[in-house]
Amino acid sequence: MSDTTHANPDVYYVPHGTKWPIVGSFGLLFTLGGAALWLNEHAIGKPAMLLGVAIILFMVFGWFGTVIRESVAGTYNKQVDTSFRMGMMWFIFSEVMFFAAFFGALFYARALSVPWIGGEGDGALTNFFLWKGYAPAWPTNGPAQIGGAFETIPAWGVPLLNTLILLSSGVTITIAHHALRAGKRTQLMIFLGLTVLLGATFLWYQAHEYLEAYEHLNLTLGSGVYGSTFFMLTGFHGLHVTLGTIMLIVIWLRCARGHFDRDHHFGFEAVAWYWHFVDVVWLGLFLFVYVL
Amino acid sequence: MANTAAHADDHAHDDHDHKPEGFLDRWLFTTNHKDIGTLYLIFAFTMACIGAAMSVVIRAELAAPGLQHVQPYFFNQMTTLHALVMIFGAVMPAFVGLANWMIPLQIGAPDMALPRMNNWSFWIMPFAFLMLLGTLFMPGGGPAGGWTMYPPLALQGGASVAFMVFAVHMMGISSIMGAINIIATILNLRAPGVDLLKMPLFTWTWLITAFLLIAVMPVLAGAVTMLLTDKFFGTSFFNAAGGGDPVMFQHIFWFFGHPEVYIMILPAFGIVSEIIPTFSRKPLFGYQAMVYAVASIAFLSFIVWAHHMFTVGMPLGGELFFMYSTMLIAIPTGVKVFNWVSTMWKGSMTFETPMLWAIGFVILFTIGGFSGLMLAIVPADFQYHDTYFVVAHFHYVLVTGAIFSIIAAIYYWWPKWTGRMVNETWGKFHFWWTMVFVNLTFFPQHFLGLAGMPRRIPDYNVAFADWNLVSSIGAFGMFLTPFMMIAIFAMSKKSGAIAPQRPWEGAHGLEWEVPSPAPHHTFTTPPVIKPGMLAHGDVSH
Repeated sequence: MSDTTHANPDVYYVPHGTKWPIVGSFGLLFTLGGAALWLNEHAIGKPAMLLGVAIILFMVFGWFGTVIRESVAGTYNKQVDTSFRMGMMWFIFSEVMFFAAFFGALFYARALSVPWIGGEGDGALTNFFLWKGYAPAWPTNGPAQIGGAFETIPAWGVPLLNTLILLSSGVTITIAHHALRAGKRTQLMIFLGLTVLLGATFLWYQAHEYLEAYEHLNLTLGSGVYGSTFFMLTGFHGLHVTLGTIMLIVIWLRCARGHFDRDHHFGFEAVAWYWHFVDVVWLGLFLFVYVL
Repeated sequence: MANTAAHADDHAHDDHDHKPEGFLDRWLFTTNHKDIGTLYLIFAFTMACIGAAMSVVIRAELAAPGLQHVQPYFFNQMTTLHALVMIFGAVMPAFVGLANWMIPLQIGAPDMALPRMNNWSFWIMPFAFLMLLGTLFMPGGGPAGGWTMYPPLALQGGASVAFMVFAVHMMGISSIMGAINIIATILNLRAPGVDLLKMPLFTWTWLITAFLLIAVMPVLAGAVTMLLTDKFFGTSFFNAAGGGDPVMFQHIFWFFGHPEVYIMILPAFGIVSEIIPTFSRKPLFGYQAMVYAVASIAFLSFIVWAHHMFTVGMPLGGELFFMYSTMLIAIPTGVKVFNWVSTMWKGSMTFETPMLWAIGFVILFTIGGFSGLMLAIVPADFQYHDTYFVVAHFHYVLVTGAIFSIIAAIYYWWPKWTGRMVNETWGKFHFWWTMVFVNLTFFPQHFLGLAGMPRRIPDYNVAFADWNLVSSIGAFGMFLTPFMMIAIFAMSKKSGAIAPQRPWEGAHGLEWEVPSPAPHHTFTTPPVIKPGMLAHGDVSH
């Protein structure tokens, strides 16, 4: 701990300027601009996108590094800590709303648009003139059977196992948090490590499931509206689990270096919140995508 | 003792006036809410000029029937980009700029809660618009399917589709970070004594607006992501052949889009609620009712979205629900309009430039509100849908609503920002000029719409010629106003009268307790709130 007088609760804290945001903006420009060029089949697209991703990673390391160093040096007061907490909470809320868009698409397709094309409700003429002979069902790839016949992944196999894995990881990270608060560092390291392993196991099974879908079940992103909602929802969730697992690895490494104490460990808590968020989203997925 | 005080003063002076030395440090790496606010405002003004130039292309083409200046496909690019630029590039960043400048001053905070993220929120925007406007120079030109991006039309564009989607993603990231920052600032950085129900209305409306932003910008991101995968990765979200539905896009889009409308008007309500009490020299009438009205409008904004799509063939129950829920919004909005009028009632009113813009807002925004009620009626909307009546309606709420309030805010707080007064004669000239030409532009569009002229067309029946010419003359007159603004504010910055700490006699609130111009770092410690300092409520002792 260096100079703790900075963390005076009675004096407002304002951080000094930083180059990281503008670096991040260039990263975003190259990543997304590159991706757009790539989608338009321009040769420069892919390298530009990869460069952008590298710039963003550089920015994340640099920016978080700065904040972690300042935090460890005791620069931040209670008010800054609260601002960070609010920032993380509202960020997670924005993520919830992002998933809400895709869940909304799933509910709309299942409850409204598929029955309508099949002639239910006000859709009798639609069905008669446009999609004659289509009987609504779920799962479906639509009247044109886009992507060809497919099978779905049964809920009570790997998805159930993955549910148990994620729920267990929620328990292990809570045990790790209690250990941190009780000052039991070994227990902290073990249970945080277990959480990382459970996250990685989840991802491994998820990848396995995707391979199964593509190679044996003919269930792809192009399998009509079922394939679209299935892969976009589970895919974005998997992406978030991947991010969460990386975050868990980072705080595991930070714990190994002796960061965080009983009372100051916002970085740990933020990752734990995020992890619980991906857990809850998965429960929604398990129920609405796999079981029902 | 005197020595100590002098020393403290020196120290304070150092802290207060210390600005970063280099240009890059000052503007590119900044964490200062005032500098970031200035950047936002300059960016918004630049975008407003680009958007205005596009509107001049549109009105030049529409000045007479037949095709005269541009090809229809380019015309469609202009209408699409005019909307995207004005909404995401001008109105929203202008309000965020005002929030950056004023919220910390109004609640006694040193800066925004997360100043580095604040920097990033801004510096994403120029890059997002570089991508969006860059499409104009690509094969196939810019997006031309309308700012609402309805599939399948929007997916038939050239190279622009992917760039538009990613630009929208970047704007979303920027807006969400900006909104998180505003919420954290308001909830966490208020000086002791500035209770929630003592906050100025501008801060209040922004708190609620920020919540709306965080709730709906991710939904827009989701919607455009589905557009992207439908075009490039073979998904069938909006393709009925695969079991999807193009109308589904409209539902998801307007679940974002309607709260978005309030994102662009709630801060305007806040600004007007600051200015009218000042120049009426009376406290705001029904302060708490105003807060609750804004909260009700925000809540209702989530359950009215399908009134944008009455003609797509929704079930009757849906049409009725969305009609009635939409009309409910008139109640809290009516509360606001009546309270502004009641604030002025028997006040010792004066009509300085900011007040003129605020009163102009109340009258013209209310016209836009009434045409909105007409559009809310399902059977009537079957007639009005996609006509110039809709164009007239949303320009009344966005130009004479949102933009008027932004200009009012700039006139109102400019002395606090720069320490200079604005020339009243020229300010009033600017107002009356705008008042004449904005009504000349948009009022005739009501008639055109009711007569059946569709929107988003470059050519029309000769029966519509006269009012279109009037509208175009109005638009050309309006196009002079940005240049007028540059001249008026440059003149003030150069040779305006020195502004006192409280340039408006009736102004109350913490922002008027600091010098003009506000020092680079305003509060290093929480200010002590004394009785009478706050505009609403008072400190309890």
